[in-house]
Amino acid sequence: MNVFDTTTATAAGLGQVGSVADAVRARANIFEMTQAAEDAVLRPNETGALPHDLRAALAARMARQAGETRLAEHHLAGAGALTNLADPQQDGGKMHAGLISFVDKVATQTRDIAARDIVDLQGAGMSDPDIVRLCELVAFVAYQIRVVAGVRLMQGAVA
Amino acid sequence: MSRVVHKFTRRVPEWQPRVTPVKLDEATPEQLDALKVTPSNTKVSAYVLTLAHDVESLAVRSPLFNAIMYDEGGMSRAERELGALAASMVNRCIYCAAVHADRHAKLENDTKVTDELFAKGAEAELAPRDAAIFGFARKLSEAPPNAGPDDVADLRDAGLDDAEILDLILSSALFGWANRLMHVLGDPVRPEDGA
Repeated sequence: MNVFDTTTATAAGLGQVGSVADAVRARANIFEMTQAAEDAVLRPNETGALPHDLRAALAARMARQAGETRLAEHHLAGAGALTNLADPQQDGGKMHAGLISFVDKVATQTRDIAARDIVDLQGAGMSDPDIVRLCELVAFVAYQIRVVAGVRLMQGAVA
Repeated sequence: MSRVVHKFTRRVPEWQPRVTPVKLDEATPEQLDALKVTPSNTKVSAYVLTLAHDVESLAVRSPLFNAIMYDEGGMSRAERELGALAASMVNRCIYCAAVHADRHAKLENDTKVTDELFAKGAEAELAPRDAAIFGFARKLSEAPPNAGPDDVADLRDAGLDDAEILDLILSSALFGWANRLMHVLGDPVRPEDGA
């Protein structure tokens, strides 16, 4: 894949000319591996209890919370019938309230996460492998958001 | 018994998972491959065994991590560690902060910068280049990310070129990822009698 076609580059509005493009080209391996990570985290073969549409909706929600509109649109395209969860104002309703409150806290108040938050997920019936999958998803998207925001800033545009 | 470490330190604590890690003798061939377990290398940390629950993510994350922190060119290794440390302080990942403050101090052969950062956080008084680096990485790590054009201008004024700025973005963003695993899935602990 051309590095300029990766999600991170397109969401940052990166053109192919100029010193920022040159810097990205010099780190093409990293942008390609970032794309491979998106594929593995958003659309894994083994989904556990977190199907692709749910993962995409949560990623879109996080991108919106961070004000990353283009990245949010990209993820929203995979959210299927769960697009409502991508709205940061929605609490997830009966079915997803616990999940959403955990995702929001890991994404935006990381420092306040405590052992109790994991115990609560376990108490709600989430398996340990699914807890790890959920954390990888939120953690990867937190990374992706910041690379996109940073590369856009480098080009001199305001978020 | 062990106690949870709550204060920033360069003395690297142990990491105690809040979920049950994969048991090595029950690992699938795919997990063993991602864990890089070979007959001569059977030592795997509790952290990596925890991440092995999501083996597809683990397999892509390890080479990405190494490329961002260690690939040749661009920003110096010590300055990438400063980016990692800024994120870890924002997210209060005590374990990550300890590892990367320690690496910074060793690479620089000097504890002055990390002593100052642990003592004063965002108010730390640093040399202009370190201040610009830490300030940008700290703001990019906030939620939502809060770095702006002035912070990029500060980096350029401090002499950073685009290759270095990109490496700083990558290393601090990478710790937005790592902190949300390490700080969320486990506790930094020290044996009670070793306090």
